Amino acid sequence: MSEVQIPDTSPARPGLLRQIWQSDLAHSFRQSKVTVVAGIISFGFVFIALFAPWIAPSNPYDMTGISVLNAFLPPVWMEGGDSRFLLGTDSVGRDILSTIMYGSRISLGVGVAAVFFAATLGISLGLISGYIGGRTDAAIMRVAEIQLSFPDILIALLIDGIIRSILGPGTHGNIAFIVVISAISLAYWVQFARTVRSTTMVEKGKEYVQAARVAGKSPGYIMFKHLLPNVMGPVLVIATINLALAIVTEATLSFLGVGLPPTQPSLGTLIRVGNDFLFSGEWWITIFPGITLAIMGLSVNLLGDWLRDALNPKLR
Amino acid sequence: MAVDNVSMQIDRGEVLGVVGESGAGKSMTGAAIIGLLEAPGRIAEGEILFEGQRIDTLSDDELRVIRGRQIGAIFQDPLTSLNPLHTVGRQIIDTIVTHLKLSQRQARARALELLQEVGIPAAKERIDHYPHQFSGGMRQRVVIALALCADPKLIIADEPTTALDVSIQAQIIALLRKLCDEHGTAIMLITHDMGVIAETADRVAVMYAGRVGEIGPVADIIHKPKLPYTVGLMGSIPSITTEVDELAQIDGAMPRLNAVPPGCRFHPRCAHAFERCHIDLPELIKAGSSEVACWLYDEKKPGKGPSVSRKETARKKKASAKAAEALPLVKVDGLKQYFDVSPPWLTRVLERSGRQIVKAVDDLEFTINRGETFGLVGESGCGKSTVARAIVGLYTPTAGTITYMPGENGGATAKERVAEFDDKIQMIFQDPHASLNPRWKVADVISESIPEDRVSADRVAELLRQVGLADADGEKYPHEFSGGQRQRISIARALGGEPEFLICDEPTSALDVSVQAQILNLMVDLQRRLGLTYLFISHDLAVVHHISTRVGVMYLGRLVEWAETERLFANPQHPYTRLLLQSVPDLSKIGMRRAPMAGEVPNPLDPPSGCAFHPRCPFVQDRCLSERPMSIEVDGTHVACHAVEEGRV
Amino acid sequence: MVAFILSRVLQAFIVMLGVAMIAFSLFNYVGDPISNLVGIQTSAEKREQLRESLGLNDPAPVQFARFISRTVQFEFGISYQQKRSVSSIIAERMPATLELSFVSALLALFIGIPMGVYTALNRNSWLSHAMLSLSLVGVSLPTFLIGIMLIFVFAVQLHALPSFGRGQVVDLGFWTTGFLTASGLKALIMPSITLALFQMTLIMRLVRSEMLEVLRTDYIKFARARGLTRRTVNFGYALMNTLVPVITITGLQLGSIIAFAIITETVFQWPGMGLMFIQAIAEVDIPVMSTYLMLIACFFVIINLIVDLLYYFVDPRLRVDRGW
Repeated sequence: MSEVQIPDTSPARPGLLRQIWQSDLAHSFRQSKVTVVAGIISFGFVFIALFAPWIAPSNPYDMTGISVLNAFLPPVWMEGGDSRFLLGTDSVGRDILSTIMYGSRISLGVGVAAVFFAATLGISLGLISGYIGGRTDAAIMRVAEIQLSFPDILIALLIDGIIRSILGPGTHGNIAFIVVISAISLAYWVQFARTVRSTTMVEKGKEYVQAARVAGKSPGYIMFKHLLPNVMGPVLVIATINLALAIVTEATLSFLGVGLPPTQPSLGTLIRVGNDFLFSGEWWITIFPGITLAIMGLSVNLLGDWLRDALNPKLR
Repeated sequence: MAVDNVSMQIDRGEVLGVVGESGAGKSMTGAAIIGLLEAPGRIAEGEILFEGQRIDTLSDDELRVIRGRQIGAIFQDPLTSLNPLHTVGRQIIDTIVTHLKLSQRQARARALELLQEVGIPAAKERIDHYPHQFSGGMRQRVVIALALCADPKLIIADEPTTALDVSIQAQIIALLRKLCDEHGTAIMLITHDMGVIAETADRVAVMYAGRVGEIGPVADIIHKPKLPYTVGLMGSIPSITTEVDELAQIDGAMPRLNAVPPGCRFHPRCAHAFERCHIDLPELIKAGSSEVACWLYDEKKPGKGPSVSRKETARKKKASAKAAEALPLVKVDGLKQYFDVSPPWLTRVLERSGRQIVKAVDDLEFTINRGETFGLVGESGCGKSTVARAIVGLYTPTAGTITYMPGENGGATAKERVAEFDDKIQMIFQDPHASLNPRWKVADVISESIPEDRVSADRVAELLRQVGLADADGEKYPHEFSGGQRQRISIARALGGEPEFLICDEPTSALDVSVQAQILNLMVDLQRRLGLTYLFISHDLAVVHHISTRVGVMYLGRLVEWAETERLFANPQHPYTRLLLQSVPDLSKIGMRRAPMAGEVPNPLDPPSGCAFHPRCPFVQDRCLSERPMSIEVDGTHVACHAVEEGRV
Repeated sequence: MVAFILSRVLQAFIVMLGVAMIAFSLFNYVGDPISNLVGIQTSAEKREQLRESLGLNDPAPVQFARFISRTVQFEFGISYQQKRSVSSIIAERMPATLELSFVSALLALFIGIPMGVYTALNRNSWLSHAMLSLSLVGVSLPTFLIGIMLIFVFAVQLHALPSFGRGQVVDLGFWTTGFLTASGLKALIMPSITLALFQMTLIMRLVRSEMLEVLRTDYIKFARARGLTRRTVNFGYALMNTLVPVITITGLQLGSIIAFAIITETVFQWPGMGLMFIQAIAEVDIPVMSTYLMLIACFFVIINLIVDLLYYFVDPRLRVDRGW
């Protein structure tokens, strides 16, 4: 038999941007109007988070710019509203819109950091557990299983509580960030680990991994070069959904008074502080941060939902 | 559009075979008839008549009465076809009372009868069992019983034997045929396996890219095919009875159904295509006893159709003669590979069960000579893949030695081999979709097996050309290739380390026949040019017959017989080999009725004592129950059987 | 069978032991138990005496054993803040939490499951789409936010429902109940909806996705090909098979209602264990914290055990030995 030449019929490769735009993922993104809206809103929040100090009307934590005389001003469209304060002011005269912008920055930042650490921990343990198996796997998965039988929020609360008790009462400043971020990431690593583990176990059985083993490659090489890229799809989906969960969890912790302190308030802290004024009629102090949090959670969740469906071959 | 203008007719009591490669639209045609097309699929045009009544326009509720009552269905996978939470009895009774006016008690009696009729032993007890308590073959019998509940006039069987082993497959085919004869039921048998069709069908419809290309009596389709596609297809099927040097080859692959070419859909791959084929779509026209959709048979252009050519040559004789002189390359001696599948200790203690050991490979001994192709056949679970993995070093053997190049350098055992001969032994895998990392470029995939100091773009390009791919293909990702092309990439990767010995674990099982022929031809060609030695593992006797110089037959972890290919196929010794060869569906067995091998492969956790084959063996005697037979040589055939040893066979 | 139950019980036991260990370490090594018991004026000598008499100088395993034996006798120590025995605080708080959780669980189950089945069977009806969109809001919004919104609308704006507390309760001696008075029932409405909403949407989405999965299987296709009626296929086959996995997750969800009660109780100042726990964390009242921790772990372990056993009885694949 002579060599059979199979003609190369594929057209010239388009540019990278064009390729992304034309990919299946982008196509399914454009198909769903809700997803596009959620994407735009999420992008807006990222923008606000990155540039809050430059785009916010005022810096609410710069004492020199705040006057108690402006306290409890309602939103512009209500009687007694002040055009300088679009969404009104709080009990010490801070601009609500600005506190929301700064609060979103903190909420999103804490969420992203917590998911990043949870994912790193979960991916590493999941890969090890799935690839090596045996006792290592049993040990890691037993811990995961036990933790999974308790709700995330409870785990986060407990870890938060324990760290706080160790550090002593009155945790302030940057330590509060570390406490909250580690509490959330320790509560959320399990889902990453379990998904990565099960994907790893499926991929491990596939023949390309065996081919690599036949070629004499080390477990480390196989885990990083072969398995890691193939588990990233599901990880991305979980990360997006967990980002929404992490934001909500942080807000909940802060609302319960065991999260971020009022000196560096996230949206949850703002809602907690404002909640005291709900009954005296100054509803805007708590409702506006609440709506912001709701929109943020919803749009990130929608993105996660879409990503899960788009990457799930079963639903195609 | 998936299925386009398909017309076929099934008569009462007839078996109509529908064949085609995957993606030809056969299953969709079947689903359309019973109105079970899944959204977004729908019948856009045409009509389906059942006993003169039009049924494609019926509402779902009206159709429901016909489904099951008039038209039954059997699906491919018996494991997933049954509801795991209900007993088989309940599922059968549910179906019976839906269609027939019977009381629960009467329905149960009928269910029992049905189970007995499809050959479920101890049906009285089995009726209250859950599906997971049945073996694969028994489950498929239950599925058939379910399809027969209301005695339908037509059964649509979609790949009913594909998920089963050869010996079980033969049992199911015989059962279907029997039911068809006794009940006068018509069967639409959808399958990709021409052997099954040859044996079972009265007429055959060949589908290609969503259309019926040829339809006619089974003997005509197999021996006198008219459509160039059918001609190529028949030539590409290896057989256990005829020797050919090279299988007929249809280059390229079937188009995806969303990208069919204009004109005749086969014309890009057709050697006989002329202008008209590029423009006009041919309809079925009468040609002899068959109907063909091909312009070659149009009255205006009466041309001579192509014909099947099977050239007999001496490729293998030469190769085996050479191999006989050659030195052994791999020697497997007393190889044992056990796996511990025991439940956790607590369960063992409480249920007083011991450790459970699967003896996947138990005391295996054979040699492979330089330059030959050693074929290893056996049903699923016989341990053939385990042998491959042990030789290539993926498993550490429980006992025994694997020696590479015995005699030279004093030989090297499995452990020493790893460092010294790593590149010399490579492996080709079964599933072309799983054997390439989807996130890697083809060039990177191939580079993986090339020793680091020799990796270069030129070397990758050279390897790609060797397997019939273009240089530019290195920059693409695996998903841009068809199954056959991926298998070429897999072969290129295996060649990267300039191996002497290639282990091929079912390399063509996941491929369509025409693509299988391409890969087998490529492998033969590479062997000739690069002087490779193959260990070729497959469940497909015909493929092994085609490619191997010597063949070993495995049963439950042991090699029961090994000999030169021709000798083994012409004059099998071991009772298992004999029965296996009888069970294989083959093109030469048109309309043949035969008694298939009884029983099923035993649970490897609890293998029978003595000779593992004794529960299914027609020559069994007391000695077989207690004493494990040793391998002896009879006329150049190595065989492990007491009956052969004592001359009782 | 015995092995299965025994291994589950054993696992539950190990989990409880682990949780007790954490509680014990919190108790003993976080902060100084003595300084939380006595005033600042107490002399060092007296402190040492107290330490000795409380056995705090014994080796850790001995102390742990003593801790366990006290725990199983429901002796959880004295609250640092309230200076009362923790067991009496718990006894006082438990009815409020359990009543709230019970009502929420009923709501979540009896609305969530039918909604899930409906949306799975009628994938394209407008009602399904509406339910799905609403459910997304349900899972995305934090529980406390829903509570605040409800308070804002129904308590602040409309003055229709009370915004905090249990209303009037009837003391039955060992139990206080709000089920028997109008104000008690009225007070229950908003907290129970708040608490149920999240679990309800979760259960609905779970039932829907599991059922869709089952509807795609071959055995459903085969059942339809045999002409079984739509009712038999949907409810006799599909629903039954859906419920197997649903049982596990639903069981866990119901368990987490007790945990989520922490948030709802904070929003509505509901005098239950959750509120007590949050206050304990804020005040670093370790005996209360560790007791709550053990109690809730106990709840979860029991629920898990029940779910496992239930699963075992529903799925024949686990129950019957494999036949070959």
